[in-house]
Amino acid sequence: MISHRKTVTAWLLLTPMIVMILGVSGYPLIKTIYFSMTGAKLVAPDLTDSWVWFHNYVRALSSANFREAIWHTTYFAVISVGAEVVIGVMVALLLNEVFVGRTLLRAMLILPLALPTVVNAMMWRLIYNPDFGALNALLVQLGLLDAYRSWLGDPATALDMVIIADVWKNFPLVALIALAALQTVPKDLYEAATLDGAGMWNRFWRITLPAIMGPLSVALVLRTIEAFKVFDIIYVMTRGGPASSTKTVSFYVYQEAFAYMRVGSGASYALIVVLISACLIASYMYLIRKHGEA
Amino acid sequence: MKIKNVLKGAVFGIFAVSGAAHAAHVTLNALFMAQAAYSEDDIRNMTADFKAANPGIDVNVELVPYEALHDKIVLSQSANGYDVVLYDVIWPAEFAQYNLLEDVTNRIDEKTREAVLKGAWTTVEYDGKYYGMPWIADTKFLFYNKDMLKKAGFDTPPTTWEELAAQAKAIKDKGIVDYPLVWSWSQSEAAICDYTTILSAMGGKFLDADGKPAFNEGGGLKALQYMVGTLDDGITNPNSREYAEEDVRRVFSSGQAAFALNWGYMYNLANDPAESQVAGHVGIVPAPGEAGISQASAVNGSMGLGIPSKSTHKEEAWKYIKFLTSEKVQNKYARLSLPIWKASYSDPDVIKGQEPFVNAAKTSLAVMAPRPTMAAYQEASAVLQEALQNAMLGTSTPADALDEAAKTIADMQ
Repeated sequence: MISHRKTVTAWLLLTPMIVMILGVSGYPLIKTIYFSMTGAKLVAPDLTDSWVWFHNYVRALSSANFREAIWHTTYFAVISVGAEVVIGVMVALLLNEVFVGRTLLRAMLILPLALPTVVNAMMWRLIYNPDFGALNALLVQLGLLDAYRSWLGDPATALDMVIIADVWKNFPLVALIALAALQTVPKDLYEAATLDGAGMWNRFWRITLPAIMGPLSVALVLRTIEAFKVFDIIYVMTRGGPASSTKTVSFYVYQEAFAYMRVGSGASYALIVVLISACLIASYMYLIRKHGEA
Repeated sequence: MKIKNVLKGAVFGIFAVSGAAHAAHVTLNALFMAQAAYSEDDIRNMTADFKAANPGIDVNVELVPYEALHDKIVLSQSANGYDVVLYDVIWPAEFAQYNLLEDVTNRIDEKTREAVLKGAWTTVEYDGKYYGMPWIADTKFLFYNKDMLKKAGFDTPPTTWEELAAQAKAIKDKGIVDYPLVWSWSQSEAAICDYTTILSAMGGKFLDADGKPAFNEGGGLKALQYMVGTLDDGITNPNSREYAEEDVRRVFSSGQAAFALNWGYMYNLANDPAESQVAGHVGIVPAPGEAGISQASAVNGSMGLGIPSKSTHKEEAWKYIKFLTSEKVQNKYARLSLPIWKASYSDPDVIKGQEPFVNAAKTSLAVMAPRPTMAAYQEASAVLQEALQNAMLGTSTPADALDEAAKTIADMQ
């Protein structure tokens, strides 16, 4: 009896939160799924939302351009998140050591994070500028490059250049989380391992990495979701060019829904993106759990 | 009795005050672009003049890059955002289909219709209805550096595209400048404008009589082959493939190019010592023609001002539009964008100090070629932009790239 009453009270207390969650994410999600099966237009959606079943999905997946965009996005996500994790952990290890100027360096780490993405994108556009960019000047003066070249105007380099700009801005997040995790690793573990004759490399793989794996995987999941829906940095730096070589799936969602006004088909594009990132996150979770068991 | 009167008075008073307050507090939200044509300062000064002349109306001016303009207009529709919007000549078909802009046909009298350039009207007209007033009458002109031409031994600027390539080649060979030609060929509408100019010179057509894509043959194909040819010959700055209009102006104004294709606004800016290192040496002529086909070429790059159909201040918005597009205001601010009024082109105040610009405009504005009128223009343009890029980057031949684009657009229709 008491336990029943407790359950009722618990549900009552939870109701406001549940209503809010349903309101801010449940309803939009269901509406998006509904739209994805209609031919709704951005303007006057009521007049145009004829039911089309899975036609939008078939059209999206059979579009060579969209498949190309999925590939660009995957490439962007894998390379940028991979680089952010490697650089982030290395920087965290460095900043975990005791040396003069450590506090200053730690403070400087926050700067790229504090920069709005649009500002960051504009800044890197200037750095890459084909006529007076700092990157060209640096490489030419070092003798690594014969003449100034166009970095964002060449399909072979454009996406990699955007990735560098993204990594510069986002590796501090990984570094920050890794640094916080590093400070919880007991020092005596290292002392014991050293006594047992474990080298630096062994200590990293057997003590440090397992100890920070939990927080690090949170950063990994967060960054992957973010990287998979990348839009703003590309919109500002290349607008999808040259020759559509930097068009990512989010760019297609934007184009379908807002430039071409096809909300229905845009919704199906968006849900495909959600599905792909859900699969990615599920596999992360699986790997992490397996890691934890082992 | 007395109290009743007092009450009555109070009620009337409140009505009177709120009525006055209502009249005094109309705030218009207006959307403009910051890229070519009128500068931000010009727009703000005109607006200040309007506010001074109309004390009850306040105007919020918002400027966005051209590339964001279309999506802003469309998206603001559901939020009832703007009362006056600047829009491009290529959008009225789409806007009319979705009823985004107010039909103002009845507000424009016969006298106005007669007094404004014909090419300017096509900006706001669709299917016999008028969706605003034209404001910017503009096209792409050929700019040239007189000094460089003289050094290379040329007395006159080119009149055909072949001659342009030949002069550029000579200038490059004499080592006067590395890349004599600069264009706005990034993956954007700007590239379509350059392409349309050359296409029209070479007698090409976007769509045939049945409305099917026809740019992949004849003049349309020759135009793209010409563009790619200048890249292959090393006379076009290869960075053109990532440039927009302001990049073209910067490169030309810093003396790194002998020729540039750009909107009229560049004439006075490139001749302004504060903005340019080649001030005083800048010439302007209509974009070239093609022997046996055309004398000159131009693209209709005009823009108009309209009232979004959901605006709640349509009367005030129309007043503002009428003010901005009036002959008096346009003549006063004629340095960066020429007026839409026929009479302005013989007005000494407009002509003074910019005779070459006005002369070139007289020829160019009369031969402006339209981009295709279609509701799905945005999408068709994106397809064509990608095709141009593929050809210019060498990942596809001009013929293959255009064939594929034509097929995609035909499937879309």
